[in-house]
Amino acid sequence: MSDWNWGVLIALSGGILAALLSGIGSAIGVGKAGDAAAGAVTEDPSLFGKVLILQLLPGTQGIYGLLVAFLTLTQIGIMGGSSDFSLVKGLMYFVSCLPMAFVGLWSALRQSKVSISSIALVTKRPDQSGKAIIFPAMVETYAILALLISILCITGVSGLNV
Amino acid sequence: MQEKQFIYAVARIRSHEMKLLDTQFIEQLMAADDVDECLQLLMNKGWGHESSLSPEQILDHEYEKTWKLMEELIDDMSLFNVFLLPNDYHNLKAAIKLVISNSSSTGYFTDHCTIDPETMVEAVKTKNFTLLPEHMSAVAEEAYNTVVQTGNGQLCDVIIDKAAMETMYEVSSKQSNEVLQWHAEIKVAASNIKIAVRGQKTGKDLKWIQNAMAYCDSLDIEALAQAAFFSFEAICEYLRNTDYAEGVDELERSLSSFELWCENWYMRKIKPQKYNQFTIGPLAAYLLARENEIKMVRMILLGKLNQLPEEAIRERLRIMYV
Repeated sequence: MSDWNWGVLIALSGGILAALLSGIGSAIGVGKAGDAAAGAVTEDPSLFGKVLILQLLPGTQGIYGLLVAFLTLTQIGIMGGSSDFSLVKGLMYFVSCLPMAFVGLWSALRQSKVSISSIALVTKRPDQSGKAIIFPAMVETYAILALLISILCITGVSGLNV
Repeated sequence: MQEKQFIYAVARIRSHEMKLLDTQFIEQLMAADDVDECLQLLMNKGWGHESSLSPEQILDHEYEKTWKLMEELIDDMSLFNVFLLPNDYHNLKAAIKLVISNSSSTGYFTDHCTIDPETMVEAVKTKNFTLLPEHMSAVAEEAYNTVVQTGNGQLCDVIIDKAAMETMYEVSSKQSNEVLQWHAEIKVAASNIKIAVRGQKTGKDLKWIQNAMAYCDSLDIEALAQAAFFSFEAICEYLRNTDYAEGVDELERSLSSFELWCENWYMRKIKPQKYNQFTIGPLAAYLLARENEIKMVRMILLGKLNQLPEEAIRERLRIMYV
């Protein structure tokens, strides 16, 4: 197999990893928060709207992972761009995807725990739902930072002549 | 049960915790003029049912309601064996006494157990103790033979109580949850201390005291038994070097004050479960909180019914979970 194929394969692996790990984290996170939300709504159906937002918060990492994967695909000749690049550039794309992959997975899992605690808070004090959303939203910051650095790296790498 | 399965259950429990009685409500009950006013306050709080009119019916209804909720939330009730097994041993005592006295009344049995009381009566009646679970069969046979041969019901109770404590402790040690472990620890330790004090006050010999005690991590039962054989002061002196040092002053006042201290100590230990969302701990803590408040309400109602002075009721009140 020639060098350029290996470069594309490695770059593609990075994009897939970002979508995969962030997606897994979000699926687990939304699932767990959904259990807590269902429990809260079982006892008080009026809480549905408030707990739904909290359930959805760990789901954003999956979207960010998808975005990074999509951006990678548009740069490496699969959905656009050129597939004529070196193994080193392929590795650089791969490394660029890692922040989103790992921070996405970890932050989704941690965010789900905070969401569950916030659902408990809303169950006991529905009037504090605004504050309850802030706590899991704090964890989101780090997923956004990882998304940002992944996007900057991917777009930066595409301009490099290596 | 996996962590994921407790998330739903704990979320539901959070909502039920809102309905637990707080100190303010207990003060309202205390301030009520009579039992009827107390019952009205409880009814307003959602206690009781249309068909439950007497205080005892209301309390029974609340107790049943709590267990029904637990059965709804937990698929595998064996996780609550720490609470259920002592009821089995209580029922064993009742079954032996029923068989010995040729009685057929079932009113002595406790619900929420792991063995059907009828099976227990059948096992004792036919002396086929293999009908009972392994942890209970040998004890049941020993207790039955003891009461038949000696006619000593107290000794029978001692044998069964010790087995109940040992089984509960063993079950709790296999649990990874600290609430269940603390429950067994404090129950067994309090039982050992009561045995020591009662044994000392009634002049029991060292062997009797040693035989009645069950192992627990927080007490050296050999040292406690020796102290009990020596004097009450020796018991207090020994306890001052254990986790129960703060309760010694209460023990010096009375055994019931010490029991109250133990329950309050345990209630303080489980309070952080209000902020735990992922384990069986909050469910166990809720169950204990409900039992605690039912006990408190019973005490207040009995106090009002018997026109006890407020101070006499108040000194028996425990701290609340919420």
